[in-house]
Amino acid sequence: MADESVSDGGAAVSDGGAAVSEDGAQVTMVLWRGDASGGGFVEYVLPAVEGEVVLDVVHRVQATQAPDLACRWNCKAGKCGSCSAEINGKPALMCMTRMSELPPDEDVVVAPMRGFPILRDLVTDVSYNYEVAKRIPPFHPRAKTEDEVEAGGYRMAQIDVERSQEFRKCIECYLCQNVCHVIRDHEENKTAFAGPRFFARSAELEMHPLDTTDRRAILREEQGLGKCNITKCCTEVCPEHIKITDNAIIPLKERVVDASYDPIAWLGRKIRRRTKGTAAEAAATAPATGPAAVQPPVPVQGIPGVDGDEDAPYDGGTFDPDAETASASQATE
Amino acid sequence: MPEYETHDFDVIVIGAGGAGLRAAIEARSQGLRTALICKSLLGKAHTVMAEGGAAAALGNVYPEDNWKVHFRDTMRGGKMLNNWRMAELHAKEAPDRVRELEEWGALFDRTKDGLITQRDFGGHRFARLAHIGDRTGLELIRTLQQKAVADGIEVFMEVKVLRLLRDGDGAVSGAVGYWRPTGEFVTFTAKAVVLATGSIGKSWKYTSNSWESTGDGVAMALWAGADVIDMECVQFHPTGMVWPLSVRGILVTEGVRGDGGVLRNSEGRRFMFDYIPAMFAAETAKTEEEGDRWYDDHSAGQRPPELLPRDEVARSINSEVKAGRGSPHGGVYLDIATRRSPEDIRRRLPSMYHQFKELAGVDITAEAMEVGPTCHYAMGGVRVDADTAATTVPGLFAAGEVAGGMHGANRLGGNSLSDLIVFGRRAGMGAADFARGRSGKVAVDAGQVDGVLAAATAPLDREEGENPYDLQHDLQETMQSLVGIIRTGSELEEALGKLEELEERATAISIGGGRLYNPGWNLATDLPSMLTVSRAVTQGAINRKESRGGHTRDDYPKADPEMGSVNFVQRIPEGTGGTAGAGGTPSIRTITVTPEPIPEMPDELKSLMELEEAH
Repeated sequence: MADESVSDGGAAVSDGGAAVSEDGAQVTMVLWRGDASGGGFVEYVLPAVEGEVVLDVVHRVQATQAPDLACRWNCKAGKCGSCSAEINGKPALMCMTRMSELPPDEDVVVAPMRGFPILRDLVTDVSYNYEVAKRIPPFHPRAKTEDEVEAGGYRMAQIDVERSQEFRKCIECYLCQNVCHVIRDHEENKTAFAGPRFFARSAELEMHPLDTTDRRAILREEQGLGKCNITKCCTEVCPEHIKITDNAIIPLKERVVDASYDPIAWLGRKIRRRTKGTAAEAAATAPATGPAAVQPPVPVQGIPGVDGDEDAPYDGGTFDPDAETASASQATE
Repeated sequence: MPEYETHDFDVIVIGAGGAGLRAAIEARSQGLRTALICKSLLGKAHTVMAEGGAAAALGNVYPEDNWKVHFRDTMRGGKMLNNWRMAELHAKEAPDRVRELEEWGALFDRTKDGLITQRDFGGHRFARLAHIGDRTGLELIRTLQQKAVADGIEVFMEVKVLRLLRDGDGAVSGAVGYWRPTGEFVTFTAKAVVLATGSIGKSWKYTSNSWESTGDGVAMALWAGADVIDMECVQFHPTGMVWPLSVRGILVTEGVRGDGGVLRNSEGRRFMFDYIPAMFAAETAKTEEEGDRWYDDHSAGQRPPELLPRDEVARSINSEVKAGRGSPHGGVYLDIATRRSPEDIRRRLPSMYHQFKELAGVDITAEAMEVGPTCHYAMGGVRVDADTAATTVPGLFAAGEVAGGMHGANRLGGNSLSDLIVFGRRAGMGAADFARGRSGKVAVDAGQVDGVLAAATAPLDREEGENPYDLQHDLQETMQSLVGIIRTGSELEEALGKLEELEERATAISIGGGRLYNPGWNLATDLPSMLTVSRAVTQGAINRKESRGGHTRDDYPKADPEMGSVNFVQRIPEGTGGTAGAGGTPSIRTITVTPEPIPEMPDELKSLMELEEAH
C-alpha cells in the first residue's frame, strides 16, 4: 500500500488550467487508501480550481497522481447516489459537496463509509442493502374498478400519491444505512434489521394508495423496526431531505403498535374481518407476548444513552421504563 | 492465462437501465433463465438522470391526442429519417407500457380526475409526458428495479462486459467480462443476448452522460459483425449547465421550458422568435403574447418557439453565443423565475431547484440559469428489426439508446423513456423466442475467451506506456472541437487522423495497481469502445453531406432529399476485423460505411403525415 505523501502542485489540470485559482492556491486532499486487509490516509496536493465539488478533486487526483484510486460514481449531479463517503467525518455525497463550503486552509479528509466493508480505497461493499431489498414484500395493487378499466388507468388523488412520492425520491445512496448506529456499530444486528432506507421503502408501500399487502408483522418480527431509537441520524444525512424518521419510521411504528398492542383494535379486527391482509396477518394481529410486548406503547421514545452518543452501549432496542424519555422532536438537537 | 468463472443462461441482458430492466423482466416472465449484467450498481444507470417524463398519447389532458399524432410528431422531429415501423410501434404501445408501470407501483403525478397527468415538451403537439415532478427517470428505474427483484432475476452488478462471443455459425453465444470490485473474469453462455448499454456521450468533453456511457454496446455489436446506422446523428441537448466548469454539461430539463421557462440573450431578447424554421412556422407562435396564451390553453394560440425540437433550439443558442450575445460563461439565460411563482417552481421542478442551489449557488426561483448545449443522446445505434429488436447477427438483440432508427435524425424529449419500455419489452420477447427456438447446448470457445483476457490484462503487465486518463482527455477534446454540434468536412477529416493516432497510443496503455477495483484499468478497457464509436460518428458525419436533425454541416447547411432517403450503415465485414485496435479489438480503420435506402413508409402512414400537414 502506498503510504508516501504525494505533493505535485504543478500537476496538469483537466481543463487546460482555465479555472485554476490565479493566486496559486492549493488544496490538500487526504484520502483513505487501502483494501480489506488494511490501509491508511494518503495526502495529495493539487492546485485549487474554482467551483469544484469534492468528487472533481478526487477525479483530478486519479487523472494526475493516482490512476488506480478507487471511487464509485455515476451521475455527478446528486441523482444516482453512488459517491457516498465521509468528508471531514461527515457522511455526504462527494458530488454534492462543494469545496467552497469546506473550511478554507484546512485539509479535506475523505474516507469510505464506515458502515460497510471496505472493497478498496473509497469504495465499500454495499451488498447488504441489496440483500435487504429482496426481503421486502413487493407491491401488490388492488384490482381496477370498472370506471378505471374504462378510463384506462387507476384513479388516485395527487394528495394521496404525494405521501409515498416523498420516499420514492430516495436515490439509494445508503448514507442513512451508514449512519444508523443500530448497525454502524453493531454488525451483528444486520441480520435482523432492515435499516432506514428500507423502513422508508416499507412506509412507501404501506402508504401507497393501491397496495394491498400488510407488512407490519414482518417489520416487527424480521426487520427490527423496534430497534430504531429515532435519533434521526438518518434524516440528518439524507441528501434528498426525506424526513425518514418523522414521515416513515414513526408512522410505521404506530401502525405496528396498533396492530400488535392495542387490545381494542385487536378485538375489533377479530370481530370484523379485514379486507387487506396476507398469510402473515394472523401473526401480526395477535397480541404480542414475551419480551417484545414490553416495547413502548407510544412510539416516540428515545433509547437512553444512545441519543447523540455513538459510543454508548446499545441494548438491542428494549425499553427501559425508568429511563428519561425524549420526544421525537427533541431526539436531535 | 487468467482463470474465469462461467455462468449459463437462456437470455443475458447487458445493461440495467430502463431498456435492460424491461427486457429482463419480459424474458423472465416467459420462464427463461435470465441474467441482468450491469457496469454499475443496480439502480444507478443513466436512466435515473431522465427528468421530464415519458411521452405517451394517453389523452388524459388533451383527449384529442392519440397515437397517430404522436407518430407524426416523432417522424417530423426525427426529420423523417426514422424507421417508420419503430415510430409506429412506439406511438401505439407507449400508453400501455406507462400504465403497466403504474400497475407495478410507479406513482405519476395526477390530473384533477385522478389519472396520470401530462406535461408539454418540445415538438409534441399536445401535453403528453407522464411524469413525477422532474425525476421521472428515477421513478422508472426504481419501479423496474423493484419489479426485477420481486421476480427473482439474477443480477450481476459492477460487471464490465468486454466482448460478445460467437459460435461457429456466427450466432452470438455469450459474453466475457470482469467483476469490477475484484477484477476476476467471468463468462456467460446464453442462447440470446440483449444489448441495452445506453449512450456514447463520454467521448465528448461536455456531456450530460455519466462515465458509463462509453458506447460499449455499439462497439461490441460492430466487433461481432452487426450493422449500426445513423451514428452521425448525435443530439446536443440545448440546455446543459455551463457554470461552474466542473458541472458543465449536466442536464437542465426541458421541463423548465415546458412549464413556461424562456430563453433570453445578453440583451434580454427572447431570441428563439428569430429562429423559427419554415417546417414548424405554422405551429409556432409569432409573438410573445401568443406563446404565453398557449401555456394555459393550447387552442388559444400556437406554442412558443422555446418548445421547438431540441436540434433547432441547440443550434439557435449556439448562434447567439457565436454572435456575441451570450451570457458571461458562454451560454444563454433560461428564465423561469419571472414566469412562475417560487412555490410553483419548487413543486414542479424540485430537482432543478436543488441542483442549481447546491452546485452553482443559483436560486432559480429568483434568477435566471445560464445554459448551453451539451452532448446528450445518440439517435444512431445498432440496426434492429422493429418488431423483434433483432440485430443483423443471430441471437443478438438491442433496445433503448444503443439501438438506432427509432428517433431518426433527432429525438423528441420524452420519447426516450417510452422507447425504453416499448422496445425493452420487445427485445425481451424477441430474445425469449430466439432462445426457445435455439437447439443444442451453447458452448464458450475457450480460445476466444483467452484472447480477450490476454488483451485486457496487457495494460497491467506493461512497465511503461500511455496514461488512460490522458488518452480519454485527448479523445474528448478531439470530438468536442472537431465533431461537435456544428461540423465541417475539413475538421471531420482532421478528426479521422487524430482518432487513428489515439488508437495507436491506446495499444500501448500502461496502468499500475492490479485488477481490484482499479478505475484506471477500467478506463483502459472502456477506451476501445470509445474510440470505435467516435470513429463511427466521424465517418457517418463525413458521409452525410447535408444538415438534418442533430447533424449539422457548416459546408452543407441545407437538408438534401437524396441524403434524407438513406441510412449510412457501418459494419466490419466478416473476416476483416483482426485484433490490431486498442485492447485487441478490430482496428477502427476496418469499419466500412455504406448508404442504404431507408425502409419506405406504407401509404396509410404517409397519409397521416399529409393529413396532419393540412391542419
